[in-house]
Amino acid sequence: MRVALFITCFNDTLFPATGQAVVRVLERLGHEVVFPPDQTCCGQMHFNTGYQRECVPLVRSFVDTFADADVVVAPSASCVGMVRDFHGRVAEVSGDRGLAAAVAETAPRVHEFTEFLVDIAGVTDVGAYFPHRVTYHPTCHGLRLLKLGDRPQALLRAVEGIDLVDLPDATECCGFGGTFAVKNSDVSVAMGTDKVARVLATGAEVLTAADNSCLMHVGGLLSRSKSSVRVMHLAEILAGERG
Amino acid sequence: MTAREEILGRIRSALSTVDKTETVVSRDYEQTIEGDLVELFAERVADYRATVVRTAADRLPEAIAEQLAHFGISSVVTPADLPAQWVPHADTDAPPLRVPALDATDGVVTACAVGIAETGTIVLDAGAGQGRRALTLVPDFHLCVVRADQIVGTVPEAIARLDGTRPLTWISGPSATSDIELNRVEGVHGPRILVVVIAGAPEEVPQATRMSSISTP
Amino acid sequence: MTGTWLGMPPFPEAARKALGDTQLRTNLRKATGTIRGKRAAVVAERADWEALRVAGKEIKDRTLHNLDTYLEQLERNVTAAGGVVHWARDAAEANRIVIDLVRAADADEVVKVKSMATQEIELNEALAEAGIAAYETDLAELIVQLGHDRPSHILVPAIHRNRAEIRDIFLREMPGVTEALTDDPAELAAAARAHLRRKFLTAKVAVSGANFAVADSGTLVVVESEGNGRMCLTLPEVLISVVGIEKLVPTWQDLEVMLQLLPRSSTGERMNPYTSTWTGVTPGDGPREFHLILLDNGRTDALADDIGRQALRCIRCSACLNVCPVYERTGGHAYGSVYPGPIGAILTPQLRGVTADEVSPTLPFASTLCGACYEVCPVLIDIPQALVHLRAKAVDAKRGKPSAERAAMRVAQWFFGSSRRLRVAQRLVATGGRVLSRRGRIGRLPGPLKGWSGARDTATPPRRTFRTWWESR
Repeated sequence: MRVALFITCFNDTLFPATGQAVVRVLERLGHEVVFPPDQTCCGQMHFNTGYQRECVPLVRSFVDTFADADVVVAPSASCVGMVRDFHGRVAEVSGDRGLAAAVAETAPRVHEFTEFLVDIAGVTDVGAYFPHRVTYHPTCHGLRLLKLGDRPQALLRAVEGIDLVDLPDATECCGFGGTFAVKNSDVSVAMGTDKVARVLATGAEVLTAADNSCLMHVGGLLSRSKSSVRVMHLAEILAGERG
Repeated sequence: MTAREEILGRIRSALSTVDKTETVVSRDYEQTIEGDLVELFAERVADYRATVVRTAADRLPEAIAEQLAHFGISSVVTPADLPAQWVPHADTDAPPLRVPALDATDGVVTACAVGIAETGTIVLDAGAGQGRRALTLVPDFHLCVVRADQIVGTVPEAIARLDGTRPLTWISGPSATSDIELNRVEGVHGPRILVVVIAGAPEEVPQATRMSSISTP
Repeated sequence: MTGTWLGMPPFPEAARKALGDTQLRTNLRKATGTIRGKRAAVVAERADWEALRVAGKEIKDRTLHNLDTYLEQLERNVTAAGGVVHWARDAAEANRIVIDLVRAADADEVVKVKSMATQEIELNEALAEAGIAAYETDLAELIVQLGHDRPSHILVPAIHRNRAEIRDIFLREMPGVTEALTDDPAELAAAARAHLRRKFLTAKVAVSGANFAVADSGTLVVVESEGNGRMCLTLPEVLISVVGIEKLVPTWQDLEVMLQLLPRSSTGERMNPYTSTWTGVTPGDGPREFHLILLDNGRTDALADDIGRQALRCIRCSACLNVCPVYERTGGHAYGSVYPGPIGAILTPQLRGVTADEVSPTLPFASTLCGACYEVCPVLIDIPQALVHLRAKAVDAKRGKPSAERAAMRVAQWFFGSSRRLRVAQRLVATGGRVLSRRGRIGRLPGPLKGWSGARDTATPPRRTFRTWWESR
């Protein structure tokens, strides 16, 4: 299958290893990956912070960039949620009917990475090897917007050598929340600190999730507390190979 | 402009772009339930830590007397139209007792309009054998007789049987509160003891059987 | 808004203060944890829960889309049953009507059933100014009133207090209570019973709200637990009910949905102990006079907003508060309103206006948009959607005034405008990150980055972005 990768601006700039892992897994499974070079940002930060007008050109650029792609894959549950659930709203705010039509065409073809693997590629065992104790945090947008359900865990369970342990109160938000982490940093840190305590209680070496944004928040707290627990995007675990 | 005209005007202008065709309400939820409704009703009422007793219809006066004795209820008031043989020595609420007199009464015995199995609820509608609302409120003990044939399965069935224009009291267990740390504790302003006596057909339940009790923790 | 909530600081500031109160956090964690478990258990019992939620949503949408028609129908039916209907544009008008009615009944005190509407209009304060004493009779309201405190939860206004604190308040404020009182909840409830008994038996006037008002029968509904509601609705001679105009349901049959959704969502019970319904007055049974005050107080403004309107579906169950991770940590006072938590964050700015005061414009931002609230809402209010919508309203209301945040957003938008510009931004981030980094990490930073970096490290941005790696393959 020919898959267009939407890397997301955040992963592109700060977490290229995640994108490389996605490419490795997709190619290992025999898919052709293309990277439309004009891509920038889905507009989530602007939209969720109240800057809907500023978001309009970003949505326009997104639909232009991915107009020709049959299948778009992104390693971020929240960015995919933005595209699928809210680009339509941005188009509505803009009053541009052409944009609304373009969004209606493009948005349904955009898939989160684990969703693509399980639902479209039809695999749960991607041939990965990762001999570590891992706990998984279901991020809110993956859980409640995209309804990823058990897909990420199914993929992780099939990884050879993994010791996957349950995270207590896993479905509670980590407290990141985009600009919430800055605007309401005290509450954000209080929530994240509780999440950290639960992660530590599992004895896991690695905390994983389908979104680097939440991981950057929890990982930042872990690092400040001098914890040795690493955070790692799920794609990087699935890319792991023996030897 | 009156407040009424102004508010209605604001509403109309707020809704000027809204499609006024009536939204259809889909009612795909359960209307009835299967199984032994009387058994379920008894179980669910008991879950609220009310006392539930089942008796044959022809043993009802004895069953009531046993419960009054068990809880030490000596003064009893009943609605004027409650069958006199149910509680032979009760005061009747005719003419209506004044509130202090009600407050000085140990307990009240009434019938009800409907019982709801799924939620363990009894509903009083001020109809036959039920009296006015204050009667079942002020005394600290309420014994309510439910005929087995008054028990329906679900809330929708109860709503269909009830007349909304009568004053209704839905009762699910004794008075309770969750206001302290969100734990339910029984006993605030309403009757702290609720006894529900389910009266079956004469041949159905040969002897009064006790289901549960709140009297001992 | 009068005194009680006046001058509340922006949410982040109030939240910071609340987070420092460890007792508060312990109390809230315990109470919300208990109720979450109970709700989940009784909801799981119902295979048709989703169908009930859909019906609940549709009933309320039907109400709101035809609100004028149903209000007039309700008015006709209440009047025909012997009640008197009044209309109040705002809090001041509603309070004035109540005061006049109490005076007409020649009373100088009223007993009250817990009611959000009368809290919203700050009726007790208005009554006090008019020389009328109001006695709250719901246990949690009594705790708040005796503690000279503010409510912090819709269902359990004293949720921020634990049993020991409640005992202390009773000991201090309740006449006749002695040191022998323990903090056993059953004993505390018994003390409240004794304290209020005489008030109930002698009060001439009661004031209530209503959970529902049925248009096609003229029936009002109060859902409660303790029996204080029954006392107030039955024993006094005059009953005054202050009801928001959105509390209607079109038909008697609609109650079959609401009476299943509400108790399971709020107290986590199959059914609450007592539900009272009444239609006008019934000779020989209950009050001789019944007055219904229909309250707008900002509701028609919310009704005019296509997305914000859904907040008016709310049946005040509190399920969204109990699952909200932000509420659990800050408590209700930080929201600066009688409506705290996720529903408060979308209701308060709409009822007051998004720029009405310091706290209102910050409320839509008091959420991570995690969506737990939407998941439990019995009438399917998409709270995250409404929050984002109200954020845009808050931002748009400030356009034209200088704002560092908007400037930053504009810069970001410019950089995201093309991949060429994005590469420039990426080089700036990589260079800047390396300048600030020590041993592979960026630690505490000053200025606008303080909020992020105060408690979190950031990994040094990599030299090579994904796209440069891709091009080099």
